[in-house]
Amino acid sequence: MSIAVDDEHISTRMRLRARGWDGVTLLILPAVALMLGLFIYPFLYGFWLSFQPKAGSLFANYARFFADPYLYETVAKTLWIAVPVTLLNLLAAIPVAFRVRLMQRQRWLTTLLVLPITLGTVLVAEGLLNYLGPQGWLNRTLMLFGIISSPVKLLHNYWGVFLSLVITGFPFTFLLTLSYVTGIDPALEQAAATLGAKAASRFRHIFLPLLVPGLAITFCLSFVQAFSVFPSAVLLGAPAGPTRVISIAAYQAAFEEYDYSLASAIAMIMGFIQLAIVGGVLALRGLFYRGPAGGGKG
Amino acid sequence: MAISAFAVSDATAAPSMAAKPLSHRLWVTAVWTLIGFFLINLIAMIAAVITSSFASRWLRSWLPEGATTKWYFSAWSEFQLDDVLVVTFQVVFAVTALSGLIGVPAAYAMARREFPGKKLIMLLFLLPMLVPPITYGIPLATVLYRSGLGGTMAGVILANLVPTVPFVILVMIPFIEQIDPKIEAAARVFGASTLRLFTSVLLPLLLPGMLAALLLVLVRTIAMFELTFLVAGPTSQTLVVALYYAVFAAGVRAVQSIDAMAVIYMAVTVVWLIIALRFVNPAQIVTRAKQTKAH
Repeated sequence: MSIAVDDEHISTRMRLRARGWDGVTLLILPAVALMLGLFIYPFLYGFWLSFQPKAGSLFANYARFFADPYLYETVAKTLWIAVPVTLLNLLAAIPVAFRVRLMQRQRWLTTLLVLPITLGTVLVAEGLLNYLGPQGWLNRTLMLFGIISSPVKLLHNYWGVFLSLVITGFPFTFLLTLSYVTGIDPALEQAAATLGAKAASRFRHIFLPLLVPGLAITFCLSFVQAFSVFPSAVLLGAPAGPTRVISIAAYQAAFEEYDYSLASAIAMIMGFIQLAIVGGVLALRGLFYRGPAGGGKG
Repeated sequence: MAISAFAVSDATAAPSMAAKPLSHRLWVTAVWTLIGFFLINLIAMIAAVITSSFASRWLRSWLPEGATTKWYFSAWSEFQLDDVLVVTFQVVFAVTALSGLIGVPAAYAMARREFPGKKLIMLLFLLPMLVPPITYGIPLATVLYRSGLGGTMAGVILANLVPTVPFVILVMIPFIEQIDPKIEAAARVFGASTLRLFTSVLLPLLLPGMLAALLLVLVRTIAMFELTFLVAGPTSQTLVVALYYAVFAAGVRAVQSIDAMAVIYMAVTVVWLIIALRFVNPAQIVTRAKQTKAH
């Protein structure tokens, strides 16, 4: 086929092939084009658009965000929900993962836990509206056992959003943690047990140092999800008050004020905060590794 | 992975059984109580939705006064669920087919070839899976609205491809890597053309992995709220977005009607989830992104 082609063409083609670029490699092009067009380009466009405010100077959107308490307070409010939820989910997931690791039949449990992740936040919000309500089964049960005397208010405030993030976030955090825990070579633990190390000491000196990198990534992925909470903050929280999270601010700017420039600026701030926290956690992980081996704290 | 978990249980259970202090038993009980408490609340929450959807009247009591199926009929007509379901399945099947067509060849190239810039391209596929949809959804929706695709079904399909194509690629790369390239070389030696190599050798070998990946894409797309919500217009809403609007405007319709719609949504999702779980491990729904990131 290529006999008729001149020497120079052949050499270019062969040079490319030698570097790994041949017909098969070209199969990635549609996927790469899609990602560039629908992920990278919108990000760059959004970044550019955030410096093209409706009125004012180049940085007017950012100046407005950090001057208006209704906008800048969303950062603290979101962190105030996302950080405790993520820590709680992670701290609960570790002991549970260590128990479930010993289970013979994990599949039914993982199947049940995958359910809230698959059904998604909207359905969990609708379910909790019923379940956590003043006449819902949770309040009724608590009153039946005499734990409370009148219904606790768990909806349209901080706790509604918090609990919905536990319902969807805990299974996610747990399944990630479980995959890291079961990924550790059991021979290491057996060796420690043979040498007389007790369970607590095996955890501290064998598992924890090996788990820290995985736990750091689990924290990042769970945090980023909790930080971008949207439907449950609207449906279960107080979207004008304590649970006015940053994604609500971005959504309102775009689809209620039609100020795409401000919305892009808020989305960029949101992405930047996520990046900063993830970067910080991963940097801490690096520190932990270089530190003394007997540190033993999570 | 499952096999190693069994091995651990045999090896470590034995010494801890011999000497079982009270503190250890208390700790184990506490952990199981925690799991049990979580599962009871989860199941009760879902049961509450189902009970409410069949309730004739349910106020100030543990259980409703009577059972009825009328809310399903009213939900069906009030929320135009026939239209919504048609749109949902059109979107979901288009997204699934397109992510397979774009993702599987890309995964094949990523698994079989080493080329400069491969790490950068891998990062390009990892990012949309790590960044939450609402963060990139707002700039993406802006671009789609500016280009006239916002509010259309094409826009919804395009937006949903952003997380699903990388997902297919990341699931398929390890699957393709474990197929021996010598099989393809042998087919070539016996004179198979590229088309014949693909249809008679590669496709049958890839089919189990593709089935698993695409079923997971299907389940994820049915439940994908944020991207569809940001891009969809009135005629391109999927079921989960319609459910959000119904809950958002609660008070306009009867609670039971919204719950009936939620049950229909659950049924649609769970049917596909059960089909998917016949081919994949449940943990795969969560851990795939991480496993690829780990190395």
